[in-house]
Amino acid sequence: MKTEKDLREVNILLCGVGGQGTILASRLIADAAMKKGIHACSAETIGMAQRGGSVFTNLRLGDSVRTPRIGKGRADLMIAFEPAEAVRMLPFLKEGGAAVVSMEPIMPVSAMVGSSSYPAEEILSYLKKKVKNLTLVDSARAASDLKSAKCLNVVLLGAAVMSGCLGLSEDDIEEAIIDRLPEKLKDLNLKALRYVKEKNQ
Amino acid sequence: MHKEYLMGNEAMAVGALAAGVNFVAGYPGTPSTEVLETVAKRNPGNVHVEWSVNEKAAMEAAAGASYAGARSLVTMKQVGLNVAADPLMSLEYIGVRGGMVIMVADDPGPISSQTEQDTRTFAMFSKVPLFDPSTVEEAFSMMKEAFDFSEKWGTPVFFRATTRVDHGYESIDVPDENEYEKHEAEGFIKDASRFVIFPRLSVKNHALIEKRNSELSGILSKYPRNYILPPEGDGGSRAAGEGRIRRKAIATHGINYTYVLDAFHGASRPEILRIAVPFPFPEELAKEFLRDKDEVLCVEELDPVIERALIHVCGKYSIPVRIRGKLTGDIAPSGENSVDSVADALADFLEDDSIRNVSMDLDDMPALPVRPPVLCAGCPHRASFYAVKQAMKGRKTFYGGDIGCYTLGNAEPLEMCDTCLCMGAGINIAQGISRVEPDTKCFAFVGDSTFFASGITGVVNAFYNQAELTLIVLDNSTTAMTGHQPHPGSGRTAMGEIVEKVSIERVLRAIGLSFVETVDPLDLEASIDTVKRAQEQKGVKAVIFRSPCIAIEKPAGKAVVNTDSCIGCRKCINELGCPAVVLDGGKAKITSSMCTGCMLCGKVCPVGAIGKKD
Repeated sequence: MKTEKDLREVNILLCGVGGQGTILASRLIADAAMKKGIHACSAETIGMAQRGGSVFTNLRLGDSVRTPRIGKGRADLMIAFEPAEAVRMLPFLKEGGAAVVSMEPIMPVSAMVGSSSYPAEEILSYLKKKVKNLTLVDSARAASDLKSAKCLNVVLLGAAVMSGCLGLSEDDIEEAIIDRLPEKLKDLNLKALRYVKEKNQ
Repeated sequence: MHKEYLMGNEAMAVGALAAGVNFVAGYPGTPSTEVLETVAKRNPGNVHVEWSVNEKAAMEAAAGASYAGARSLVTMKQVGLNVAADPLMSLEYIGVRGGMVIMVADDPGPISSQTEQDTRTFAMFSKVPLFDPSTVEEAFSMMKEAFDFSEKWGTPVFFRATTRVDHGYESIDVPDENEYEKHEAEGFIKDASRFVIFPRLSVKNHALIEKRNSELSGILSKYPRNYILPPEGDGGSRAAGEGRIRRKAIATHGINYTYVLDAFHGASRPEILRIAVPFPFPEELAKEFLRDKDEVLCVEELDPVIERALIHVCGKYSIPVRIRGKLTGDIAPSGENSVDSVADALADFLEDDSIRNVSMDLDDMPALPVRPPVLCAGCPHRASFYAVKQAMKGRKTFYGGDIGCYTLGNAEPLEMCDTCLCMGAGINIAQGISRVEPDTKCFAFVGDSTFFASGITGVVNAFYNQAELTLIVLDNSTTAMTGHQPHPGSGRTAMGEIVEKVSIERVLRAIGLSFVETVDPLDLEASIDTVKRAQEQKGVKAVIFRSPCIAIEKPAGKAVVNTDSCIGCRKCINELGCPAVVLDGGKAKITSSMCTGCMLCGKVCPVGAIGKKD
């Protein structure tokens, strides 16, 4: 008989635009989970879409997980690097699930040359309407405060820890950062990890 | 033994190293590339690893190594297998000595490919046994079994995975380097009666292959990875008419097996036939599975291979079971399956809606912008396309495209790729079009890696047959689309050796082309001028646009818009489609974090409003 603990799983959906650093964020979460002896598996977009297309990572933690893909309405947490991509992936977020979303739109070339439109305000208000546990991250502000746009992924990861839905603590992620990242990037990323928490205080 | 978070492709590489592989060759192609890269990265020092010039060369080199007793691995994507089909078809008749595994990545969807072909079907066609893992863990552990099997039966074997296994990640146990098996190659032993393929040998070996495969069908029925997973709970069986229970079950494979298990998380589920080696098909096992069933749903991706095999078994042994799947419309005949599509198919099959995955109510979702992949900000291909477009303004032109990042030149606003078929095809397609339409100026764009892979023979054909076309070689010194692998023109091998570069200019001159000029595409004026002069020449002429891929070069400063001078004409946006240039309050704005300082936008600006800062 399977106990409740055996069946416990955390499904995390990361999404954004190719080149934004979604892959590193998922790797840090997986590292942190593995350190605690939790089985991790994931699936992500690799290939042509990495050239500025829509990309996602499905990351699943738990010993009972049998496939790396997350079904509709089954993600506990969404970490979105871009607001339109967050809305695109909403079908996968569970009713009552949490979302951490970078507020800064990335205009697709298709919207710039006029073959599709980007209704920025509508997108943000739709997210607010649909997701109760929503954290919007002002990533432009974060980049200027941290003097780097390259650690958005870890800023969002910090917000994900704060949401309480990641099942991992700040210390767990901190340890993963220290283990995985090169020395010269550690301080910046540890600051990025605590950015949202300190902003909220 | 230690735990690692590995990609399926990395797991296959570690599996091959752990099996004592001696020789690895391949050609890059999504989703297969990381297998060879991982062998190169983790090479204990005694493995020969090469990026071959194409898949055919890789297959032949690996066959040679295997003839000499080495364990060899050859890697490619599914369309690469078409290139390697010639040596493979014959190699199956000859057989191998050292274990030889042909790793092929299939791409349902397709996500990054031209076709949705199924290597399982190719296995039946070529008579080569095939292994089809379901998980990252299996991608690792099945690899050694594939090598042992190949060696034992003297046949190359396919190791076929699909994108979600290739690019899936899982925390798995893998051996340390000192636990790797050692395999010593004993060397080639001359034996013309074995290694020279004459018709007499072929007819004899064909008979032996058929006999062997029929024997393997029985042996593979006992292979532990082909198995029947007993039902859980009430087994999903439902009451049918006349108080009878219709006994339903599922047959599946690969990643789909994990989708099926996921659909029943925690709930009862029917019996499952899991097929890890679909060819030669394990008939005895299938017979045992079908024995007490009424209906079976085959959950497959790509071709209905298991479905057809089960129908065949039912017919052959008069087993009255209804086989459902792609051929009955229960599973989509094309495209990638997902956890959701599989859950829906199972819900329909078992008449149980609780299996479905359901989204929150999103009926009022706003229309979202489409976001297809684009050429990177600062990509030199954009400048090359723009130069040719400017040079040929107002002329009737044909732009033959090819496989690589530069296929993205088809998108608006550049629209500089009229056709794309397969590796290297653009050159001879341009040749054909120019014959039928002599008044059209025909161009063929080909990347450096594609030029070496299969462009050279195309140029020889065009030159020999007196074609009228301008060849444009887009040389960014790397195989960019698949993640920057070296090639014969880059002066570096997969093992990191620095070697003499094969010169594209000298190859073209040796073929006989008299107009071969090289230009930096970021020098817009010179580029336009060179193209104009080239296309005026008779016959086949070539322009080589040489500028390194921005992903492997440091940015050369940043473009900045002087908002006082910008007149908001949008020419920079509408003509170039660079993702770093956006409109902000009616004026152009450069997204500094993306800009590489290529300054093409500055050259396009009619009022000189875009300058550069370091």
